Amino acid sequence: MEVPILKQGAFLIATIQAALTDADLLHLRTALLQQVVRCRSRGVIVDVTSLDVMDSFASRTLREIAQMIHLRGAETVIVGIQPEVAFAMVQLGLKLEDVATALDLEEGLAHLKQKFESPA
Amino acid sequence: MARVETDPISTQLEEERDGADGAEPIKPASILLSELVAHLRDNRTELREEWARRITEAQLLTAMNKEEIFAEATSVYDNYVEALKTGTFEALQAYARNLSERIIPRGVETHEVVWIVLLLRDVLARSLFAKYQADFTKLNRILDAYEPAANRIANTVAVGFVQERERIIREQQEAIRELSTPVLQVRERLLILPIIGVIDPHRARQLTEQLLRGIRMNRAKVVVIDITGVAAMDATVANHLVQTVEASRLLGATVIVTGLSPEIAQTIVNIGVDLGKMNTVGDLQGGIEQAERLLGYKVVPFAEAS
Repeated sequence: MEVPILKQGAFLIATIQAALTDADLLHLRTALLQQVVRCRSRGVIVDVTSLDVMDSFASRTLREIAQMIHLRGAETVIVGIQPEVAFAMVQLGLKLEDVATALDLEEGLAHLKQKFESPA
Repeated sequence: MARVETDPISTQLEEERDGADGAEPIKPASILLSELVAHLRDNRTELREEWARRITEAQLLTAMNKEEIFAEATSVYDNYVEALKTGTFEALQAYARNLSERIIPRGVETHEVVWIVLLLRDVLARSLFAKYQADFTKLNRILDAYEPAANRIANTVAVGFVQERERIIREQQEAIRELSTPVLQVRERLLILPIIGVIDPHRARQLTEQLLRGIRMNRAKVVVIDITGVAAMDATVANHLVQTVEASRLLGATVIVTGLSPEIAQTIVNIGVDLGKMNTVGDLQGGIEQAERLLGYKVVPFAEAS
């Protein structure tokens, strides 16, 4: 299932709407990396609100996406991780280190805006 | 129940009958028991007083005064005789539970209750000795009828007491568990989670779940976890704490841990748990101030602001 990537100002928003296969995740990664430069975006938000399971491959891919997008000159925020998913993830040792996270889409946008507005 | 108690005795009597010379007609156990009950009824006042005297003498039930002891002794005595008479223990069981409910909050200990019941058993047995001292065979048979019932009564009361205690302990544990993890909002988007007492895996899990729910519900950005009230920490607990912090971060909230005591700080460094990624501040006040800075609040005295 393809993940729609929407352009919103200087940011890209990818909303995952259902459980994804590994191939779908890799496809999302490629698509985001292409679009981020094509759209001259400064930030990417990946919304995982509707995911109720996060396995090791998914969390590793999300981490890779964040690192690769950083190399392409933009910032990534993962938003909408469910409390149960977060709890299961830390128990499995999937910590998404060095990746910015936010409660939901609104928070993610606020986070990116604040980041680019402040000169620091 | 009466049958269960009396049957072995009647069989015993049956055996005795075979060997006996038939000097005296042997009464069945039920008649012996009713004779026993009649004796206890007749001597109710003295035996009860004797028992209450022995309780005071042994310095039991210091939490209660003389009148209370006597009143309780009376009702226990009557219930005791009733149980001997009917051979049913339900009423006694219910009474024991009711009694325990009343006396446990006053600090009566298990050993006291057991001792008191055994005292009554002793007092009654002595009165039987006194009554039947002339006729040893009869005394023997009376005791045969008395002992199993008395043991059973003592057992019922003691077990009832312990069960009641355990029920109270369970209830309290439940209550403590529910009370023990409050997630409080201090300011818009700022939560505090004071942890007091021992953290076991069960509680750690509950704590994390409650905090994550709180973060989502209050849309919190910063959480201050205060562990001033945690006396000791081992590797398991420290890892639970790290997990809580990580899980909160996945929901986009920053966690500040405050109130690590010197002992806990040493333990954590010694066992090598990686708390490097955790924000720690000395005390709760410092933690809240830091959180306010992160949220962009500035608290100034009223005079200065105006």
